[in-house]
Amino acid sequence: MTTTLENPTHSLSANEPSWLAERRAAGLDQFKSLAMPTARDEAWRFASVGKLSIDDFNPVPAPATSTLDALTERSDLVTARAGRCVYVDDAPANFEGISQELADQGVIYLPLTEAIEQHPELLEKYFLQESTELGSEKFFGLHAATVKAGAVLYVPKGVEIADPFVNYYWTSGTRSAVFPHTLVIAEDNSKVSVVDLFFSETKENEALNISVSNIHAGANAHVFRKIVQDWNEKTVSFQLDTTVAERDAQVQNVAVNIGAERARFESQTRIEGPGADVKMYSLTVAEESQEFDQRTYQTHNAGNAVSDLLYKNALLDNSRTIFSGLIKVAEGAQQTDAYQTNRNLLLDPTADANALPGLEILANDVRCSHGATTGNVDEAELFYMMQRGISRRVAMQLMVFGFFEEVIEKIDSDELAENLRQLIHNKFESKIK
Amino acid sequence: MNTLEIKNLNVSIDGQAILKDFNLTIPKGEVHALMGPNGTGKSTLAKVMAGHEDYTVESGEILLDGENILGKEADEISHAGLFLAFQYPMEIPGVSIANFIRAARQARLPEGEDINAVEYYKELYAKMDSLKMDRKFTARSLNEGFSGGEKKRCEILQMAMLEPKYCVMDETDSGLDIDALRIVSEGVNHMRSEERGFLVITHYQRLLDYIIPDVVHVMYDGRIVHSGDKELAKELESKGYDWVKEEFASASA
Ligand SMILES: Nc1ncnc2c1ncn2[C@@H]1O[C@H](COP(=O)(O)OP(=O)(O)OP(=O)(O)O)[C@@H](O)[C@H]1O
Ligand SMILES: [Mg+2]
Repeated sequence: MTTTLENPTHSLSANEPSWLAERRAAGLDQFKSLAMPTARDEAWRFASVGKLSIDDFNPVPAPATSTLDALTERSDLVTARAGRCVYVDDAPANFEGISQELADQGVIYLPLTEAIEQHPELLEKYFLQESTELGSEKFFGLHAATVKAGAVLYVPKGVEIADPFVNYYWTSGTRSAVFPHTLVIAEDNSKVSVVDLFFSETKENEALNISVSNIHAGANAHVFRKIVQDWNEKTVSFQLDTTVAERDAQVQNVAVNIGAERARFESQTRIEGPGADVKMYSLTVAEESQEFDQRTYQTHNAGNAVSDLLYKNALLDNSRTIFSGLIKVAEGAQQTDAYQTNRNLLLDPTADANALPGLEILANDVRCSHGATTGNVDEAELFYMMQRGISRRVAMQLMVFGFFEEVIEKIDSDELAENLRQLIHNKFESKIK
Repeated sequence: MNTLEIKNLNVSIDGQAILKDFNLTIPKGEVHALMGPNGTGKSTLAKVMAGHEDYTVESGEILLDGENILGKEADEISHAGLFLAFQYPMEIPGVSIANFIRAARQARLPEGEDINAVEYYKELYAKMDSLKMDRKFTARSLNEGFSGGEKKRCEILQMAMLEPKYCVMDETDSGLDIDALRIVSEGVNHMRSEERGFLVITHYQRLLDYIIPDVVHVMYDGRIVHSGDKELAKELESKGYDWVKEEFASASA
């Protein structure tokens, strides 16, 4: 481990409130005291932890203005938006704030450091309050100790915002470590959507990402979050996400995972009120020696609520995916509907998909299902498509898009859906032969 | 040269001979019907022509306008001009009919050239209209959840959109109701031309009332044992296949 990561040198704590300094110190403690994961840890089963290293990655100095401008220019996947922030190596590159109209309604959308300065009470209540329980506690600690880049979005009661807030997190420098943070607080009866995008400047710049995102959806709030992870394949990434849903809240998470050499994704959903409905969709394209390690936890602490998870992975070459999901229904959380599905499509026999679905149910009147399937490309389908003159490569691509369509069609913006198809297409273009 | 010619084709699967010295020549401009009892190898023939890899070709040739297509990849054979309307069309989840046919058309264009979307849809809709297919179908996943008849119509739609030189239709009539049979047959008749040949595999003479064949072949045990004009189909319809089998048995005895 490098000294820089263990002893953050930047002057974070200079004008920070004491509660935050305490949380950072606790995080650093957690990072230092917890051991690196090993293959023996249940939470890391099937993961190639031996290859997991965060050594020699460091926060890097802010990139040149020309780089910040160029990447801001490239931050254009969603043009109709209510606000946008762009970070490069955790340095602010561009910030488009909200309209006066939204500000008048009490909406807050700010870069993390400004939010801490201007709204300390709000941040004290919500910021860094949801840790992960899925294995990356050590890395969460490092995030807490170090985080300075991020977007905070607060939507007051009853306010509905049609266009999404769009957060771009780029890496650019040499062996850069980044710690982006997205915090969404949607008060009762509000409606909002967010897009988080993770990109690398080039195919080559090596990076470490430890990002955290927390959604708090109040009573009957509607939150739609889309996540696009398209790091280059020289990136080690940890994404530690949580969603808390109160009574009648409706939350949808759609994640598209394309990049990183090794991507660990921990997603926790906690249902705290009856009537809540949380959907978690994910699609992943894995190629070469990429490893996508997905751990999910759906907790129902209140009854009469729904959580529905669907993770689809398409694998090529020697890539690996791991899906491990747990549904936990607390005692008394009757009439819970909780579903968990993992589907893997192997495009090459050398690819490897692992699934560990799990249930823990302490209530008796529930409807829960969990299941995982892994299948190969159907040769009869392939022949049918090729008979029409479509090459093997394009046929496979069509099949993968067909396989993903179920998830892509959940995305409410045609522009974003099309851009995502294009990203996936780009990944395949050079791939399937 | 303007023929689809199958010469002394021997095909086996798992060591079992299925096509035995099979010979057939279809000149452009003609419709040939192929009939015969279940399991005699009609679909095997169709799939081997289309480049299916599960079958072992022991010997023989298939010449499409003089070019040997045996051993080529299915997509190359398609580009050479052969279309197979499947007996059992595959369901392709998540791939819409419009996008699928578009990909097939795109595959026929030179590198860098793109389909004109407006003209493409105009043509697609016109052809769907003539096959009495609801335009809403374009957005549906290919064949997924389609009724048997809808699948067959969709095969003919693809055939019409791809304009092949030779059309092999494997039991396109099965699963079609009486109206659909007429509509689909009209679609096929519309495609008949001096520039195109057809091999129509069917069990029922009824189809041949609509698509009137130039030649009818009877296949049995991996080869054609009888050929005649359209009256032969009627004869089969009334007499069944027993006489063919008997004739075949006494001939090979
Ligand atoms: N993939 C395969 N594996 C094993 N046997 C096969 C395969 N395909 C065909 N056969 C066998 O080859 C023979 C010919 O089958 P084919 O499907 O070509 O018959 P057909 O004439 O089309 O029959 P039908 O009229 O019932 O459609 C049958 O005995 C069949 O069981
Ligand atoms: Mg058949």
